Amino acid sequence: MGVYLRPASLAEALDALASGSLTPLAGGTDLYPAQANLAAWNQAPDLDLLDISALPELRGVAEREDRWRLGALTIWSELLEAGLPDWFEGLRLAAREVGGRQIQNRGTLAGNLCNASPAADGVPALLALDAEVELASRAGSRRLPLAEFLLGNRRTARRPDELLVAIEIPKPAAPARATFLKLGARRYLVISIVMVAATLEVADGRVTAARVAVGSCSAVARRLPALEAALRGRPCDASLAEAVTADHLAELSPIDDARATAGYRSEAAVTLVRRALETLAAPGLERAA
Amino acid sequence: MSPDTLNAPAPERQAETAAVEFTVNGRPVAVRAGPFTRLTTVLRDHLGLTGTKVGCDAGDCGACTVRLDGRQVCACLVPLAQAAGCHVVTVEGLAEEGRLSALQRSFHLHGAAQCGICTPGMLMAASDLLARVAEPTAAEVEDALGGVLCRCTGYRKIVEAVVAAPSLPQEGNGAAEADEAPSVGRRLPRADGLAKLTGAERFGADAAPAEALWLRAVRSPHASARFEIGDLAPLHAKWPGLVRVLTAADVPGENSYGIYPHLKDQPVFAEGFARYRGEAVLALVGDRETVEAIPAAEIPIAWQPAEPVTGCAAAKAPDAPQLHGFAEGNELIRGYVEKGTPADVFADPAAAGAATVAEGTWRTGFVEHAYIEPEAGYAERVGQRLEVWGCTQAPYMDRDEVARVVGLAPEAVRIRPSACGGGFGGKLDVSIQPLLAVAAWVLERPVRGVYSRNESMAATTKRHPSEIAAKAAADAEGRLLALDFEGDFNTGAYASWGPTVAGRVPVHASGPYHLPNVRVLSRALYTNEPPAGAFRGFGVPQAAIAHECLMDDLAERLGRDPLAFRLANAIRPGQSTATGQVLEHSAGLAQCLEILQPRWRALRAAAEDFNAARRGRTRRGVGVGCMWYGIGNTALANPSDMRVVLDREGGLTLYNGAVDIGQGSATVMLQICADALGLPVSAFRQVVGDTDLTPDAGKTSASRQTFVSGKAAELAGLDLRGQILRLANAGPDAVLRLAGGTLEVVEGGRARSLALERLEQPLEGHGRFDPPTTPLDAKGQGSPYATYGFAAQLAELEVDLELGTVALHRIVAAHDLGRAVNPLLVEGQIEGGIAQGIGLALMEEYLPGRTENLHDYLIPSAGDVPEIEIHLVEDAEPLGPYGAKGIGEPALVPTAPAIFGAIRHATGVVVRQAPCLPHRLRALLKEAGHG
Ligand SMILES: Cc1cc2nc3c(=O)[nH]c(=O)nc-3n(C[C@H](O)[C@H](O)[C@H](O)COP(=O)(O)OP(=O)(O)OC[C@H]3O[C@@H](n4cnc5c(N)ncnc54)[C@H](O)[C@@H]3O)c2cc1C
Ligand code: FES
Ligand code: FES
Repeated sequence: MGVYLRPASLAEALDALASGSLTPLAGGTDLYPAQANLAAWNQAPDLDLLDISALPELRGVAEREDRWRLGALTIWSELLEAGLPDWFEGLRLAAREVGGRQIQNRGTLAGNLCNASPAADGVPALLALDAEVELASRAGSRRLPLAEFLLGNRRTARRPDELLVAIEIPKPAAPARATFLKLGARRYLVISIVMVAATLEVADGRVTAARVAVGSCSAVARRLPALEAALRGRPCDASLAEAVTADHLAELSPIDDARATAGYRSEAAVTLVRRALETLAAPGLERAA
Repeated sequence: MSPDTLNAPAPERQAETAAVEFTVNGRPVAVRAGPFTRLTTVLRDHLGLTGTKVGCDAGDCGACTVRLDGRQVCACLVPLAQAAGCHVVTVEGLAEEGRLSALQRSFHLHGAAQCGICTPGMLMAASDLLARVAEPTAAEVEDALGGVLCRCTGYRKIVEAVVAAPSLPQEGNGAAEADEAPSVGRRLPRADGLAKLTGAERFGADAAPAEALWLRAVRSPHASARFEIGDLAPLHAKWPGLVRVLTAADVPGENSYGIYPHLKDQPVFAEGFARYRGEAVLALVGDRETVEAIPAAEIPIAWQPAEPVTGCAAAKAPDAPQLHGFAEGNELIRGYVEKGTPADVFADPAAAGAATVAEGTWRTGFVEHAYIEPEAGYAERVGQRLEVWGCTQAPYMDRDEVARVVGLAPEAVRIRPSACGGGFGGKLDVSIQPLLAVAAWVLERPVRGVYSRNESMAATTKRHPSEIAAKAAADAEGRLLALDFEGDFNTGAYASWGPTVAGRVPVHASGPYHLPNVRVLSRALYTNEPPAGAFRGFGVPQAAIAHECLMDDLAERLGRDPLAFRLANAIRPGQSTATGQVLEHSAGLAQCLEILQPRWRALRAAAEDFNAARRGRTRRGVGVGCMWYGIGNTALANPSDMRVVLDREGGLTLYNGAVDIGQGSATVMLQICADALGLPVSAFRQVVGDTDLTPDAGKTSASRQTFVSGKAAELAGLDLRGQILRLANAGPDAVLRLAGGTLEVVEGGRARSLALERLEQPLEGHGRFDPPTTPLDAKGQGSPYATYGFAAQLAELEVDLELGTVALHRIVAAHDLGRAVNPLLVEGQIEGGIAQGIGLALMEEYLPGRTENLHDYLIPSAGDVPEIEIHLVEDAEPLGPYGAKGIGEPALVPTAPAIFGAIRHATGVVVRQAPCLPHRLRALLKEAGHG
C-alpha cells in the first residue's frame, strides 16, 4: 500500500518531496496507463504518490512583460481556451492533437514534459517557442531551457526533490507565426509517427529568427539549428520550404518500431518540415501575425 | 441469486483515509476508499453505478467517459482523491425523472447503439458537446467523440444521432413501430435498445454475487517455454487473502477444450509447457485486492524459455519443433477444392485459350477483435449443477466445454449469457469460462473474473495471418478461365477455428465469379503465436484481398474496366461455383454491380480529372471490391430451434437461443416470428440465450442467425398460429388480436375470443431449421452452403504521395442480403463491417508483446470512417425467412479490396500486404518512382 499525499500548498509539497522518494501525480493520464500495462503481467509497482493537483501555485496562465507563464497544472483544454496570442498557434494545434477530448481535459502540459516520451506532442511545440521550465525544491528554484531539461527517453534533469512548477515562454522579438503538424496512422487518439513544430519571426518580409523542432525521430524531440540558420534572413515565401535539405535533419536518429520504419520517419520528417514552412509562408498569415 | 444486487466492495490500496465527498448525478456522496482508486471503480463498485464501462483502464477506449465538473473525462484516469468537491455526471444521470433525454432517444431511433458497451461513453462525450454547442456540425461531433472507440457501428449512426438530437421531436422513442404489422422490412429500433442507453444493461463485468471470490490468471510472458511451479506455501503464508492457487492438477474433468470434438488441444492451464505468450498457467483465487496485488516476482514459476516458432515459414521448416504430437510439420489441417482442369490451363495457357495470366503473393497479419468489452463473468455452483454468467456468442458450445472441463454432464451446466459487448467471432471460443467454472466447482463458492485489456488481447483469439500465392487466367473476351490459389493460415498455438478457416477459404477463394477451372489449397499451421480463431469472415477477407487484386490485374492487362470485368464474370443463377454447386436463386452480385456502375463511372472520372488537373502531392482513386459469403457452417449440420409460447395468462414469449451480440438478432427474431404468427412485435416478451430456458439456436457466427434461426423463428410462429387457428376453427386468413390477456381471432368481420385460461397447457409453437447442405468430397465438390450473400463496394480516397497516407472520402456499398428484415439494423451491420474493413486495410496489426493494448493497436476512430452510401439488393432467397439471407460478415469482406483497388487507381501501385501502413505504402510509391 503506497503513500498518497495531496498537499494544499507548494511549501508542503516540497517538504514532502524532500523527505522521501515520491512520484508526482498530476492528471494521471500517463501514470495510470503505465500502471495498467504493468498490472497485466502482475508487475505494477506500489507507487508512493504526491498528488499535486491541489496546489494553487501551479495553476493559471499569466502574461508578464516579456513572457508568458503557464502553470504546471495547465491542462490542454485550458491552453486552448486561454486566449493566447497567435504565435501560440503551434502549441494550440498540438493541444488539439493530444489524445481525445477526455485526455485534453485531464492531461497537463508539465506532465507531458516530465513524462519525457519521445512522442510527446507538447515538446516540439514548446521547443519551437524557446520554452523554459521552472523547477522548485526546498532549496530554491531554478530555470532550465526545455532542451536542457529533457535528457532522453523518459529521462529529465528534474531532481527527485523538485517539482516542475511552470513553463515560461519568452515573447518573440519580432512578429511571429507558428504551426504544428502531426503524422499518425489514424485520425484521433494516436501516438505520433513524426511531428514538427515551427515558429518564424518575420520582419519586413524576412525571417529574422526560426525555430523548428521535430519529435518522434530521436529519444528527445530536437531543434534543427542548421536549418534554422539557413532560414534566417530569407524572404518569408515559398522558397523557405525549398531551402530544407535532408542534411538539416541529419542529427535526428529515428528508430524502427511497430508504427513505422526509421527510414520512413527520416523522410516524413523532411516532408513535414517543408509543409510546416509552406504553411507559415502562406500569404494569409501575414495579417494574422 | 439475482445478479442485480451484487457488487463486492472494491479494494483499498491505500491506508484508510477520510471519506471523499463529491456529487454524482446531483446526489452528494461520501466514499471511503484508497485515494488512488480509479473513479471507475468507485462508481461501479462502491456506488453501484455500473453504467460507466471499463474497456481498458488506460484512457484508450473512452468507454468510461463521464463528466467531471462539466468536462468529459476518462473515469479510469481520475483518482478518487481528485474527485473531491467535484460534480460527476454519469450515464445514469442523463434521463430525467425516468424520461430519456433527446440525445438518448436520438441514439435509439438512429440505431446508434449496437452492442451498447461504448454507448454510455459516447452519450457522455456527446452531452459535453451539446452543453457547449447547441447545434453541432458532424465535424464538431467527430472531434468531440474522437476519444471514444466503437467497434460495432462504424460511427456514422452515432454522429447522425448527435447531430439530430437538438432538433428531435419532443416525444417518441420508436415504440409505436413495434405495434405495426407486418414488421419485416421496418426500421424498428432495437427491441433490447433502451437498457443500453440508460446504463441499465448488464454486461459480463456488471454483476456477480456479493460474496464472489475473484480469479486472476497468471500467464506465460514467453511465446514458448517450459516451466515448473514451485512450492506455493510461502505465497499463501504471505497473502492470507489468497484462497487457492489453481493449476492443471486441479481441473476436475479434462484439462482441454477446443471447437472441434477431435481437436480439444487447448488446456485450461498449461501443463509444464506454454505454447504462446498469454497462455494461462495458473490462477490466483481470493479477495480482489489480494489477487490483483500479488506480484509476478513472488509467484514461484521457474521458466525455461525456448526459441518460438513464429510465422508460417518457420512452422513449415524441416527442422521446426513440432508443437502438437499429432500435427506433423505443424500442419493442423488442409482444405482443398478442385474443379475442371486448372493444371492444364496453367501448363499451357495459350493452348487453353488464355490471353493473359496474372499472379502474385499477398500477406496479412494478426488482427485483434478489439471488442470494447473484455471477457468477464462469474460461475456459481448450485448443488450438483454449475451456472456460468458472462458474455458469449455461443451459449450451448460453452455449456459443453464447461461440462467437459469440470467433468459434468452438459445438462448439469447452465450458461446465462450477459449482454455481450461485441464479439465478432472472438467470443465464440470459451476464454474465462473454464477458469471460472473450475474455480467455482472446486471451491464451492461463486467466483468472478474480468480480463484486463492487455490480457484479453494477449490471451484470446485473433484473425489468422495469411500468406497467399495465386494466379488467374482470362481469355481475350475478358472471361475468367482458371484460378490457382495456395494459402497458408497461421492458426497459432491452438486449433480453435483453424479448421473452419481452412475449410471456408477454398470454397470462397474463386471470389463471386464463374470459373470453369479452379484449384485451391489451404493449410492451417501451428506456431507459438496467439491462437487464431474466428473473426468476421473466417479467412474469406484475407482471400478476397488476393482474388480482387487478381481481378484488377487481369482487367488492367486486358484493358478492361475493373467493374465491367467483374460484372461480366459475376456468378449468376444457373452457374456453378468452384465446388460444383449450381446456384439456383438469390445470387445478386450482378445487381449490386449494376447499381454501383453509375456511381463508379462518375467517381472514377472525377478522380481522373483531379489527378490530371493537379501535379500536387496527392492523387485520387476509386476501387471496387466484390465478395460472396456462404451463410452458416461449411458442409456441416447447423440447426436452430426456436420456441414461442402463449401462456394461459395471455403472455406471449419467444424463447430465443440466438444471443444478440449487438447485431440485432433479438429484434430480428421478434419481427420474423411476429409476422409469422400474425401479432405485433409489441405483444411479445423474450427470453434470450439461457441454456436452461431456450432451445439451442446455435452460435452467433457465420452470419447464420437471420437465415437459420430466423427461419426457425418463422416456423415456430407458423406452428403456433396453426394451433390457434385450429382451436378457433378459423381459416388461414384470420386475424389475431392479443390484448389484456385475451386472444381474439377475427374472421369475416366476426371476432371470437379464445379462453386461454381454460387450456390445459400453454400453447407452444416450435420451429427447427437446418439449412440443406452436402458434404464436400475429396476434391471439395459438393454444396457446402444453402445460400450465399453477395456484395460489392466502392472506395474513393486520396493518397498523399510524399507521406504514404490515405484519406478515405467515401464508401459506396451494395449488398444482396435476400431481404432486409430490418434495414436500420442492416445498415448498422454494413457500416460496422466497413469500419473493420478499413482497420484491416490501413491500420490494424497485432504484434504479440508490442501492440497488446488499445494505445498501440489502432482500430478506426470516429474520424477514420468516411461517408457511407448503402444500396440494398433484395434478391429473395426462397429458403430464408421472408427471403432473408445474412449480412454480418459480408459487410467487412469487400472493403479492404476496394481500398487497395482505389490506391492502385490513384497511384498505380499494387498493395500486397495488409495493413497498408503509411511507411509500407510510401515504400511502394518510391519503388514506383513517386520521388
Ligand atoms: C489515451 C491517451 C492518449 C494520449 N495521447 C497523447 C498524444 O497524442 N500526445 C501526447 O503527447 N501525449 C498523449 N498522451 C499522454 C498524456 O496525456 C500527456 O503526456 C499528458 O500531458 C500528461 O499529463 P498528466 O498531467 O496526465 O501527467 P501524469 O500522468 O500525472 O504524470 C506524468 C509524469 O510526469 C510527472 N509529473 C507530472 N507533473 C509533474 C510536475 N509538475 N513536476 C514534476 N513531475 C511531474 C509524473 O510523476 C509522471 O511521471 C495520451 C495519453 C492517453 C491516456
Ligand atoms: S476504460 Fe477508461 S478509457 Fe478505456
Ligand atoms: S456499439 Fe459501440 S462498441 Fe458496440
